[in-house]
Amino acid sequence: MTEAVGKNVRRLDGYDKVTGAAKYLDDMDIPDCWYASIVRSSIPYGKIRNITFDPSFDWKQVVTCDYKDIPGSNCTVFLTKDQPILAEEYVRHVGEAIVLIAAPTKDLANKAKDHVKVEYEELAPIFTIEESKKKNPVICNNDNIQSKYTIIKGDVQKGFKEADHIIEGEYKTGFHEHLYIEPNAMAAMPRKDGGITVLGGLQCPYYVLKTLKEVLGTDESGVNVRQITMGGAFGGKEDYPSLMGSYLAILTRKSEKPVKLVYSREEDIVVTTKRHPSIVTHKTGVKKDGTITAIEVNLDFDGGAYTTISPVVLSRGIIHSAGAYKCEHVLAKAACYATNKVPYGAYRGFGVPQAFYGLEMHIDKVAKNIGMNPYNLRMKNCVHVGDTLATTQLLKESVAAEECLVKATQASDFLNKWKKYSEENKSKKKIKKGIGLSFYMHGGAFTGSGESIMTTEVELILKNGGKVIILTGSTDMGQGSHTVLPQIAAQTLGISIDYVSCHEPDTAIVPDSGPTVASRTTMIVGTVVENCAKSIKDSLYNFVAERHAVEKETLNIKNSVIYSGNEQIADFKTVSDRYLEEAGALKVVKRYHLPPGIKWDAEKHLGDAYPCYSWATDVAEVTVDMETFEVSVDKMTLAVDVGKAVNPNLLEGNIEGGTLQALGWGIMEDSGFKNGRPINDRMQTYMIPTVKDTPEWNTIIVEEPFSAGPMGAKGVGELPTDGGAPAIANAIYNATGIRVTELPITPEKLFVLQGKTEK
Amino acid sequence: MKNEKRNININNIKITVEAEATARFIDVLREDLRLTGTKEGCGEGECGACSIIINGEAVNSCLILFGQLVDGDSIITVEGLAKDKKLNKLQESFIENGAVHCGACIPGMLMSTTALLMKNPKPNEDEVKDAIAGNLCRCTGYGKIVKAIKDVI
Repeated sequence: MTEAVGKNVRRLDGYDKVTGAAKYLDDMDIPDCWYASIVRSSIPYGKIRNITFDPSFDWKQVVTCDYKDIPGSNCTVFLTKDQPILAEEYVRHVGEAIVLIAAPTKDLANKAKDHVKVEYEELAPIFTIEESKKKNPVICNNDNIQSKYTIIKGDVQKGFKEADHIIEGEYKTGFHEHLYIEPNAMAAMPRKDGGITVLGGLQCPYYVLKTLKEVLGTDESGVNVRQITMGGAFGGKEDYPSLMGSYLAILTRKSEKPVKLVYSREEDIVVTTKRHPSIVTHKTGVKKDGTITAIEVNLDFDGGAYTTISPVVLSRGIIHSAGAYKCEHVLAKAACYATNKVPYGAYRGFGVPQAFYGLEMHIDKVAKNIGMNPYNLRMKNCVHVGDTLATTQLLKESVAAEECLVKATQASDFLNKWKKYSEENKSKKKIKKGIGLSFYMHGGAFTGSGESIMTTEVELILKNGGKVIILTGSTDMGQGSHTVLPQIAAQTLGISIDYVSCHEPDTAIVPDSGPTVASRTTMIVGTVVENCAKSIKDSLYNFVAERHAVEKETLNIKNSVIYSGNEQIADFKTVSDRYLEEAGALKVVKRYHLPPGIKWDAEKHLGDAYPCYSWATDVAEVTVDMETFEVSVDKMTLAVDVGKAVNPNLLEGNIEGGTLQALGWGIMEDSGFKNGRPINDRMQTYMIPTVKDTPEWNTIIVEEPFSAGPMGAKGVGELPTDGGAPAIANAIYNATGIRVTELPITPEKLFVLQGKTEK
Repeated sequence: MKNEKRNININNIKITVEAEATARFIDVLREDLRLTGTKEGCGEGECGACSIIINGEAVNSCLILFGQLVDGDSIITVEGLAKDKKLNKLQESFIENGAVHCGACIPGMLMSTTALLMKNPKPNEDEVKDAIAGNLCRCTGYGKIVKAIKDVI
């Protein structure tokens, strides 16, 4: 098969995953491996007074480390260095690590932990955004604000003056736990040369390496980071492994043993990052005919105890906060507040789901207020090529906003059902049906000039037998990148996918291709893979042209066979072997270059925020039982523009899986806290959707190509989590007349709000 | 605690296994027998990643203690599905349909489905969904998984 792109190529790790042969961290045989346990803060905020090691316990059997055992700096390295690996004087959230223990057995490691007593001087904690704003106490900087941004487009006051109606609303969301099926699991091992290897389920080997170099006080010769098969991540293994990898490296440095740590589900939920809770407020000016004249929006995020990568999450949130609407006057403000809770971090969508939950709930409220249907209001204000977004970015190409809106609503018969349900629900008593939509987009790759500041490097190597190996730091966390990148190489080279594979990401071997985040792997790394493959092909063509005395321009390759015009020359394998024998090794290293003309003012947050956007519309259909207030989502129609579907089967799974995460966040996953600790710290109580909670999917792929993407492909990893919750919330409103403005929309909330008039 | 012995059949191989009666069977499988295809996602019978088949029934191996087994029990784990490295139809269908993403839920999904098909070779869609309702997948939204199962019925 030559035509690799656009085909349902079977994922290359499929065999190992269906036979049980795939080795996740806890499946590996690591000889003489010790186990780690961690003494953690039991309080949300306080000063460490004393740490006592029970003298009745034989401490010689184990190795313990506190912050004084850290060879280098005691900090993770992201945008700031405020988060210690191990607490020193203060603890700032429940679960913060204080003492590390390594022992020859898991039981002993856990037993030892129970013999460490930490005494605190407790301080008054801050748990909510509202409390943090009061600055009493101040726990971060001098105002509790970890980061903030403002976007000004036009003059929002002028926009309000042009409006016939001004509609306000406030929308809240709780945290969202990734709940990858494999909890965080990592190990560290001493190397023969005195260095340390850190390995495990992690999205970004070079992120972990960056922190480890500081923590161990070494350069990259002293430590390498390897990603192995991992059971899901969704952002949850983006920033957190820098912390967990450091724990293990510190223990290995002191014990000189391999040490591993596999979190229990409880430990994983309590101590690892999550999606930021948020409060989004909107004030919208609109004319009688539905023209939106002004959008004023405020995003407040709960950042938790440390900065992590929250400033970037917040930035992406504010950039998307006025959505896919053409509006001349936008004022957007966003701030991330410190609290004494587990630090929030990356979760698929990265600030955008909160922005769209607020916006798309609010746009339905606007429609209701001016007596327009939700579809027409969106159609009226939908962006097209030539329009500008909130950051004043002029959309030059690849805009399928309207196409997605039209396709999803037509396929679901939205307008007829919306009118029918609106009418019949007035008289229905027990079972009500509703339909709702959301209209959204997601910028692909790093914000602004991020992709040119950061180095994205890929290496392609031709090996005997025509094997093409892709060396990239991009990881496959289940999304399929180690099948999709080979598809792009195979397509470019005109060869079968069977020839191509990705090397296991190890910082000692693969180049830094940037982190596997931000919906950037197919679009950005894929472009570099494509360019490397073109270069390999060019070298082989030069070789063949010379050896066979044919014009290079006549050469072409189909089904792994090289032709001059229509005349067959040799197959790819033969040519590859001859090349390697006669001309020597063939390796290509290339870097990513942003398309020219991208201008971004990071200070003002104005300009070309992303090289391109992917667009989508979700339509949700629900049934609500008005006696139990149980909501079932019956069907979801998703029209999603991805530029080019490289692997439609894997893509549809990603879209549906991401939407189901949004469904869970929207109506099921309860994010309560008690004294700074998640109440639902186990799967029995933090409930994610099962197959029985899953709607019927109608997934419609739209392909509006991006000229600088590989075969037109754009980013899609995060987009699917952005629109599900507001579409379902709007459908619930259509069914019940209850607009629940705080996620998750539980039966309890519907019960309390029934019969109350919307503010 | 003293070890107990059980003569059991795992993936068509008769073996004698020795372990503490209170050992979780998932640990016996993964650590003593090195059958690491069976995964642990929650340790409390919620996620189904550790599903295996005992005497034709799909069970969560994290909830079974070794002492609960009796001599002659017949056990199937994910390692027992392929014969001579050749995948069975269900495994093929999972790959073919793109039902496999991160893969952590897959061994359990395959076990629950296999147990269903052993009892009911022609289940309808609701019966399929009932059979895998205890197997959580966070990646795919289940659509491809249900399709993969329906394709072999």
